[in-house]
Amino acid sequence: MNLGFSPAEEAFRADAAAWLNAELSGPFADVRGLTSLTEMPERRRDWEKRLGEAGWSCVGWPKAYGGRDATLAQQVIFAEEYARAGAPPRLNHIGIELAGPTILAFGTDDQKAHFLPKIARGEEIWCQGYSEPGAGSDLANVRTRAWREGDEWVIEGQKVWTSLAQFSDWIFVIVRSEDGSKGPKGLSFLLVPVDQPGVTVRPIHQITGEAEFNETFFDGARTDAANILGAPGDGWKVAMGLLGFERGVSTLAQQMGFRNELDAVIAAARANGEAQNPLIRQRIAKAEIGLRLMRYGALRMLSETQGGKLNLAALTYKIQWATWRRDLGELAMDVLGQAGETIAGGDYAFPALPNLFLYSRADTIYGGTNEIQRNIIAERALGLPREPRGDLK
Amino acid sequence: MRFAFTDEQAMIAETAKAFFAEQATSERTRAAMARTGADDALWQAFAAELGLAGVAVPESEGGVGLGMVELAILAEEAGRHVAALPLLASIGLAVPAILAGGSVGHKARLLPRLAASDLVASFAEAAPGTTWIDGALTGAALHVPHGARADLFVVAVAESAVLVERDAPGLTVTPLTSMDQTRPYARLDFGAVSAEPLADPAAALVAARRTGALVIAADALGGAQACLDRTVAYARERVQFGRAIGSFQAVKHRLADMMVAVEQARSAVYWAACAIDEGSDEAAFAVHAAKAFACDTYSDAAGEMIQLHGGIGFTWEHDAHLYFKRARSNRGLLGTPDWHREQIAALAGLDDAA
Repeated sequence: MNLGFSPAEEAFRADAAAWLNAELSGPFADVRGLTSLTEMPERRRDWEKRLGEAGWSCVGWPKAYGGRDATLAQQVIFAEEYARAGAPPRLNHIGIELAGPTILAFGTDDQKAHFLPKIARGEEIWCQGYSEPGAGSDLANVRTRAWREGDEWVIEGQKVWTSLAQFSDWIFVIVRSEDGSKGPKGLSFLLVPVDQPGVTVRPIHQITGEAEFNETFFDGARTDAANILGAPGDGWKVAMGLLGFERGVSTLAQQMGFRNELDAVIAAARANGEAQNPLIRQRIAKAEIGLRLMRYGALRMLSETQGGKLNLAALTYKIQWATWRRDLGELAMDVLGQAGETIAGGDYAFPALPNLFLYSRADTIYGGTNEIQRNIIAERALGLPREPRGDLK
Repeated sequence: MRFAFTDEQAMIAETAKAFFAEQATSERTRAAMARTGADDALWQAFAAELGLAGVAVPESEGGVGLGMVELAILAEEAGRHVAALPLLASIGLAVPAILAGGSVGHKARLLPRLAASDLVASFAEAAPGTTWIDGALTGAALHVPHGARADLFVVAVAESAVLVERDAPGLTVTPLTSMDQTRPYARLDFGAVSAEPLADPAAALVAARRTGALVIAADALGGAQACLDRTVAYARERVQFGRAIGSFQAVKHRLADMMVAVEQARSAVYWAACAIDEGSDEAAFAVHAAKAFACDTYSDAAGEMIQLHGGIGFTWEHDAHLYFKRARSNRGLLGTPDWHREQIAALAGLDDAA
């Protein structure tokens, strides 16, 4: 057990930091420090491409697909330096963290060669089509249908909460491809181009006032027959494929962003005197501890991962960070007091900390609610029996 | 960077797990509770069979020459069974004090015997008003873990650290009926007791408090893990309303929350152990974090263990109360979770100018 980095790794860190600093104080100074995913989308695309050109986009991927073959330690280091430099959240985070690794794990050689380099070069942005109006936590209840016509799949139905669909070139969807099938059987995992007449993206305004996510309608949408991951009927397996290893690294980047948020809360508390309130001090200390435990939990998860098989502790990670961040949003508002509830000026667009308070309510819902996470932990890690399924339609 | 056990560490963990599972049985622990709170046969076996009583003592001082990670492993496994051992008192507190602050003579005389478990020591925080003047200690220490079992005490008195032998004239040791009978307290009264100073008291006190907090945190981790494991096993077999109670979300979600906390406690404990071993700048922060977080986790887990077992969890016969009481004792020793968090608040820069 050791926590230190080797001189070669520290040299890698210095290279990464120097490159990031040069870019973010030079040609990309305008995107430095952005926190929202929807601001300046065109510049965010440019930034994705710049990362790709320089080989810093998907550092852990194989070189053959546009990555850097970075070791685990190097991935951790890059993630840390990325956030430390104040680089903006990745517009293509779904492509990088979900689509890419899923294609790597389940794609054919042709699919890998076709899709991965474009993700790594920042040329194609991806979004995820999982949830539907009737398939939220009960994700296997999807009703969007797909069937083969000639050399194409045809898709009918509706997806919802599709984050960043308005900026995306591709969407991966779970569809029901066997008529009359139920639950996780008879589903397929399709890759569908967004820019076509059969796909309509409608923004949904969220409690922050922003519109990061969308409803996405498929009305005779089409994709090439080759654009299926796994065999027809294997969609559930592909969708549930544990992507935690990649998420493990990205969560380290995410934590550096959390570090910046906690620092902002501490700065606010020092500025208005709340830093001397003993109750606030306890809560800030809890947040400090929680942040470190996320970092070391992620490092443990990565270090203990053998042959792609995650340790069971990995299942606890999502609820941990989501709850931490939601608590931080509440702490931020308690530090700011009423000053945090108002802004001068007309637009309903709150600054970072009040926005965190609002936005973080989503963290404990998307990607599996806290309640679903508890079921997953209880059933998969602790071996407790499943809750019997109800029969209401 | 590899935040996982080495093969050797994994082997020590396996061996210790098997050792305590076989020997630190509920029956033996209860027998020890009725006496001094120490299972002397277990203590001897810990040194002789396991050979790890001197785990973090250098080989040159008669120890095994391993570090804090290995010590934490032992404390975790002992904690998993609420073992009735003076592990904290002797190995977690007194030994690091002597190792860090003792003179060459102290170390040569005491460490080999402590590492062989033929001497038991404890650590006493002297009560306010206690004085050490001209080599004579006068006053008291109110809560000394395994004090009635110890042959020797390291006493922290103001900025000093002094050694007091059990048979020193003027020393009265009064065993206290303690809520946690697996690690009972004694009261020491010092009537002008002759006490020998450690050579470097500041180093001794830092080492004792830091190592002791780590050992408590690791004990809490093992205890919390046991509470979780035992309660999960019960929830899988206990049937009510025609179902295993573990299938009810009202139950399973609480167990899931316990696991989330226990896994964080695990990260905290081994981060702290590693940080001390590596001399990291983060070591003080990490130990405060581990002590606060693991103790809270243990208290919650032991409370949930009782609740989810229902009436049987409230009986003397069931082991749940052993965990619940150890968890309570762990919170109070060497600083409450709130106190440790306050240290972190200060380290986090809350008192810096805006």
